[in-house]
Amino acid sequence: MSKKMHIKLKVNGKDEEFLAEPRELLIYTLRERLNITGPHIGCDTSHCGACTVTINGKSVKSCTMFVAQADGGDITTIEGIGGPDDLHPLQEAFKEHHGLQCGFCTPGMITRAAKLLEENPNPTEEEIRFGMAGNICRCTGYQNIVKSIQAAAAEMNAAKEAAE
Amino acid sequence: MIPAAFEYYRPKDMAGVLSLLEQHGDDARVMAGGHSLIPMMKLRMAEVPHLIDLQDVGGMSDIDIDADSIRIGAMVTQADIIDHADLADVAPILREAALQIADPQVRYMGTVGGNVANGDPGNDMPGLMQCLDAQFTLVGSGGERSVRARAFYEAAYMTAREDDEVLTAVKIPLPEGGYAYEKQKRKIGDYATAAAAVQIVNDGGTCAAASIAMTNLSDTPIYSEAAGAALVGTSVDDAAIKTAVAAMLGDIDPSEDNRGPVAFKKHVAGVILRRTIERAWSRA
Ligand SMILES: Cc1cc2nc3c(=O)[nH]c(=O)nc-3n(C[C@H](O)[C@H](O)[C@H](O)COP(=O)(O)OP(=O)(O)OC[C@H]3O[C@@H](n4cnc5c(N)ncnc54)[C@H](O)[C@@H]3O)c2cc1C
Ligand code: FES
Ligand code: FES
Repeated sequence: MSKKMHIKLKVNGKDEEFLAEPRELLIYTLRERLNITGPHIGCDTSHCGACTVTINGKSVKSCTMFVAQADGGDITTIEGIGGPDDLHPLQEAFKEHHGLQCGFCTPGMITRAAKLLEENPNPTEEEIRFGMAGNICRCTGYQNIVKSIQAAAAEMNAAKEAAE
Repeated sequence: MIPAAFEYYRPKDMAGVLSLLEQHGDDARVMAGGHSLIPMMKLRMAEVPHLIDLQDVGGMSDIDIDADSIRIGAMVTQADIIDHADLADVAPILREAALQIADPQVRYMGTVGGNVANGDPGNDMPGLMQCLDAQFTLVGSGGERSVRARAFYEAAYMTAREDDEVLTAVKIPLPEGGYAYEKQKRKIGDYATAAAAVQIVNDGGTCAAASIAMTNLSDTPIYSEAAGAALVGTSVDDAAIKTAVAAMLGDIDPSEDNRGPVAFKKHVAGVILRRTIERAWSRA
């Protein structure tokens, strides 16, 4: 065992401080230490995207980041995007357009899609498929995921226009 | 999968990195984005008792373009390359290649320095850098030196970089003419079955210069001087492309793996190179 490190993170707006071995992977920190179980472990080999979180403005597979690397970071998980009482337009759209079946991939999908729409509020279907390529779904065949993201984008853009 | 335990360091400057490398020798490794290294550590194919994270070192995240060359800091990510409009203007092949690496999440983390220093024959940037005749800047306790990409790769995971050296930047002469990066892969996020990088200069319908490099078709990237030479002086017609492809096939040495047997890889290499030359020429 190596020396434990003093780690500070901001997760979904809340400051967290704890001691951890540097080799702890961020996904385990979130799920097992902080009880934030939205991000899932699908593959544990950097391929499926189920573990996707946003850290310092980047979509990252949290199974491929050491907690030591994340130290000082600002993290958003699906829990920080919206909850049962205040669904994010993406969550609303996935529900409405059957963007999920088993739901295993969904937290990673929506977390990634939120970042995608932040960078490109009006993506084409092709841009959505390309921008979501790091997230695998074993159920939906992707069609309805694309539709959900398009619907959420339209909704978010309309809301932004109404506010202006 | 949990990697073996390690000591973690996050030095604030290069002097700190170099002194740790000197102190721990073979037992220490630097980490950039970690997206090649961490998977290897999780599989316990890499053991790194002393892990030196470069994220706070600074001075390695810039892209500078001047009159005749481009300097890309080692910590510039693949996403940074894709987003840099001026870079896409002067060297569009970099963006075209970066877009074909991995997936969005990986591209936010994966760095140019990590990609070229890693030494995995599957990495896309080494061949690209050979095509562009890039120079890698290496800094060690003995000072700074520069190594051509075309002389950097010795075997899989074996490069001209010494254990106590850090790759700080890639310097590329401003590329000329048409370009293309084509990659055959089994699925998004996969390494190449075969990939080719081509820069080509068209002087009134005649090819004045051509540079060709191949990825994942040997245990190092392959700069095929003969393939480029086969195009020079021609109108890049079918016969010339056939000669170039034959020359390239003489330079590569693929091995059988889960991407297919040798004969298949050679076939794909030929198809991909033809496609890449044709597209680069159409843009020249
Ligand atoms: C799912 C997945 C798919 C991928 N697909 C592709 C692909 O299609 N094409 C492709 O090219 N890559 C692919 N990659 C690899 C990815 O691009 C890596 O991020 C990249 O190869 C390494 O960059 P890094 O910054 O993550 O390096 P790290 O993982 O941090 O380091 C890799 C190696 O380089 C060394 N190193 C890093 N930086 C330096 C430096 N500045 N000086 C000296 N040594 C250094 C490290 O010690 C280590 O040995 C994929 C990765 C994943 C997880
Ligand atoms: S669990 Fe991280 S990418 Fe699959
Ligand atoms: S909904 Fe089941 S994996 Fe995507």
